[in-house]
Amino acid sequence: MAIASTAPAVPHEGQFARFWKRLRRRKAALAGLVFIVIVILAAILAPMIAQFDPLAQDYTAIRQPPTALHWFGTDELGRDIFARIVFGARASMLAGVISLSIALAIGVPFGLAAGYFGGWIDLSISRVVDAMLAIPFLILAIALAAFLGPSLTNSMIAIGVTAAPLFVRLTRGQVLSVKAEDYVAAARSLGNPHWRVAFRHILPNVLPALIVQATLALAAAITSEASLSFLGLGQQPPAPSWGSMLNTAQRSLSNAPWVAVWPGMMIFLTVLSFNLLGDGMRDALDPRSR
Amino acid sequence: MTRLIARRLIELIPTLLILSVIIFLLQRLLPGDPAIALAGDDSDPELLEQIRRQYNLDQPLPIQYLSWIGGVLHGDLGNSMRLGRPVLDLILDRLPVTLQLAVMAMFFALVVGLTAGIISAIKQGTIWDYLANIVALAGISLPNFWMGIMMILFFSVMLGWLPASGYVSPAEDLQRSLLSLLMPAIVLGSGIAGVIMRHTRSAMLQALESDYVRTARAKGLFESRVVIRHAMRNALTPVITLGALEFGGLLGGAVLTEQIFNIPGFGKLIVDAVYNRDYAVVQGVVLVTAIVYVGMSLLADIGYVLANPRLRE
Repeated sequence: MAIASTAPAVPHEGQFARFWKRLRRRKAALAGLVFIVIVILAAILAPMIAQFDPLAQDYTAIRQPPTALHWFGTDELGRDIFARIVFGARASMLAGVISLSIALAIGVPFGLAAGYFGGWIDLSISRVVDAMLAIPFLILAIALAAFLGPSLTNSMIAIGVTAAPLFVRLTRGQVLSVKAEDYVAAARSLGNPHWRVAFRHILPNVLPALIVQATLALAAAITSEASLSFLGLGQQPPAPSWGSMLNTAQRSLSNAPWVAVWPGMMIFLTVLSFNLLGDGMRDALDPRSR
Repeated sequence: MTRLIARRLIELIPTLLILSVIIFLLQRLLPGDPAIALAGDDSDPELLEQIRRQYNLDQPLPIQYLSWIGGVLHGDLGNSMRLGRPVLDLILDRLPVTLQLAVMAMFFALVVGLTAGIISAIKQGTIWDYLANIVALAGISLPNFWMGIMMILFFSVMLGWLPASGYVSPAEDLQRSLLSLLMPAIVLGSGIAGVIMRHTRSAMLQALESDYVRTARAKGLFESRVVIRHAMRNALTPVITLGALEFGGLLGGAVLTEQIFNIPGFGKLIVDAVYNRDYAVVQGVVLVTAIVYVGMSLLADIGYVLANPRLRE
């Protein structure tokens, strides 16, 4: 199609190869990526990796330090911490991915509309975004989760809705700069409808910035889910989640500190990995760093 | 200058209006009958009727909003269902505690973030630069509730140096008050210290490469004078603005910190209200936090203009 040739559109294979080559040079980003892949695999293969049922209580093995049998020790109900960490990865990863999807599903179309159409549409969307961003992230997420009712699903909705304004603002800003390009004017002058210009010609060109932000937002979403679960508003007991494990671990800090070490360490390393990957991707996509 | 403040204040009106609508609508998220949700499942019909009248739940939504916002504008944020006290009183009781914690956290974040950022920029590419970057990223990635738990484990349980929880008012004993908030302030400030460090580093690197710094060096000034008088002064303006903006965000972080260290502040108030389904308190806390945040953004804007003579005209 003639239009396709006027737009640089989606980065083609060559651009992806160049991006990957640049990303590969960033050791920290690569280490982050490897750790993320391991956590995802652990979450998927949890029943095969864990030797114990994460919910099975054993009153003969309460608060045992790490041993050859229980690698990470046991908790106050004698449950195997390693099994709970591995199964807890499911809650964290699921919460990260689903809340991010909600944020993108709301944020990108509204940002696209605000940036593309301008005028009163932009003004109204931007005002709502300003208002939502005036409420600190965690306070809004807590309030939403509290009113929706405590559960993992509701905490994911709360985090997704709270993160959406960030994507509206980012998409809007990106669209405003892309909109002025010649190929957009060319696409319009050839008679393409607005939706086609927005989705086929503008959206693919704002994708790189969105992907970088999404990677960093995943880190924030995982921390937020852990925070809500820590407060009792996310994953409900006895189902395992890293945040709720930390909540119960607080009570046995003096006689079983290992119960608090592992879940926190996992949240930290996972969030750090996403931040390293996000930073690396941003550098790899930055034309100045080529 | 006055015109700028007036313009920013006028611009804030629609934002605050939409904000109030969002916060009002939070209550509509409650599943089922809000009166039952507020009073509990087993409440008697008379109490339910009283709640419906009190909150105008029997009226159409726009009327409910107008009545609510009318109360808010007169300082009436409703009453706490559990404590039976006006929400505004509860918030005003707790706010000084959280503000003390937030000021201490911001002090820690500025001292650590600015120092590490400046050293990192001056020593770019050295081990100090890498070390500062790693610590900054760790500070940003560390979940503050875990950091809090680990600090309690190390400094309170194992070493016995600092109190594990609780709060002492500065009016009662200043030294004990500062000690009681030392760990919470470090926990709360560590993430912002990381953000400030990264911004300071990049602003300093930009300033050190600028023409005016080259001119200052060409004049034969000492490097310390070039860094302190020329580069730092220009680089730090946006960082201070960032600090003002982040201060509002500290109120969000305070929720978890106050919960871990059992500090009777603003954050603990919202968590306790959530546990007790005290929704008027939740709404009130969200509203006041947002107003503080908007106020801090306004101050940041004004500060930015004051610090930048070119914007003053």
